[in-house]
Amino acid sequence: MSGVVLVLAVFLACCVEAVEALTVVLAVGLTRGWRSALLGAGAAALSLAAIAAALGPSLLLIPLDALRLVVGGLLLTFGLQWLRKAILRASGHKSRHDEEAVFAAEVAHARQASASGQAVDWYSFTLAFKAVLLEGLEVVFIVVSFGSNQGSLLLAAAGALAAVLVVAGAGVLVRHPLSRVPENTLKFAVGVMLTAFGTFWGTEGAGGSWPGHDAALLAVVPAVAAFSVALAFVAARLPGGRSGRQPMVELTP
Amino acid sequence: MRRFAHFWYDFVIGDDWRIAVGVVTGLALTAFVARQGWPAWWLLPLLVVCVLAGSIAVEVRAGTQDLQSEPEHHH
Repeated sequence: MSGVVLVLAVFLACCVEAVEALTVVLAVGLTRGWRSALLGAGAAALSLAAIAAALGPSLLLIPLDALRLVVGGLLLTFGLQWLRKAILRASGHKSRHDEEAVFAAEVAHARQASASGQAVDWYSFTLAFKAVLLEGLEVVFIVVSFGSNQGSLLLAAAGALAAVLVVAGAGVLVRHPLSRVPENTLKFAVGVMLTAFGTFWGTEGAGGSWPGHDAALLAVVPAVAAFSVALAFVAARLPGGRSGRQPMVELTP
Repeated sequence: MRRFAHFWYDFVIGDDWRIAVGVVTGLALTAFVARQGWPAWWLLPLLVVCVLAGSIAVEVRAGTQDLQSEPEHHH
């Protein structure tokens, strides 16, 4: 493998991992605020740097499947809870007034926490931290395994750094257009993403393997989205639902 | 201590405990099937379909029963 091919292979592999982490950070930041999401991502990056510096090549001994199992299981649990609420709201079975009251309470709680210097939303922090740490570890694994096999850790690290910078730049660019999407639609999408990623990582962590490996996500995400929309559609037509009089998904904020 | 336990219950389990139980069961089944050397990737997607549809059905039914048991107000 030549130097260019090595950098390109590491770049592409790391782009996939970085996009997966970015998806979770964007989802959490857009729905629950950027501060805690970015703090979680930053803390994960620092932890990753500390782990990489302390362990070096022995990083390859970390049981990645066990980590995938725990992170996948938690993401799947969180994702299904989000989707459940979003479907109930979209189909009219959960009152938006309740949600507004909860939101007002959360804002009041956040202000109180801010006044006492504890403005971190631990839910957002943990989600962003886990996603970035897991994907970051995979990036480090790719760098160490490709780099040590080809005898050039530096070139492999350059490919990985370029991938992370390109994906992070893309994330900054799409942040503003995404922030104009209505809240419940966004929460619906976040639920779909967390559920899809949780399903993917959980299966891999439990020892299963997906047909097509990472490319399977391209089928899992739309499948979860289609099923959730269908479920909201059916629930809206049940007694107490929206009955099709109002749109299930808002098109304007 | 109770507040700490309540925070973690709320954080991980949330509104419907059946979801967490379903996820743990699904992961255990996936691990078991994968260890036998059989394809196991389809198990968690199937679990998502069953758990999500079941949880929505329980909530919708509970909401309908609440509506039926509420006295009607005529003004």
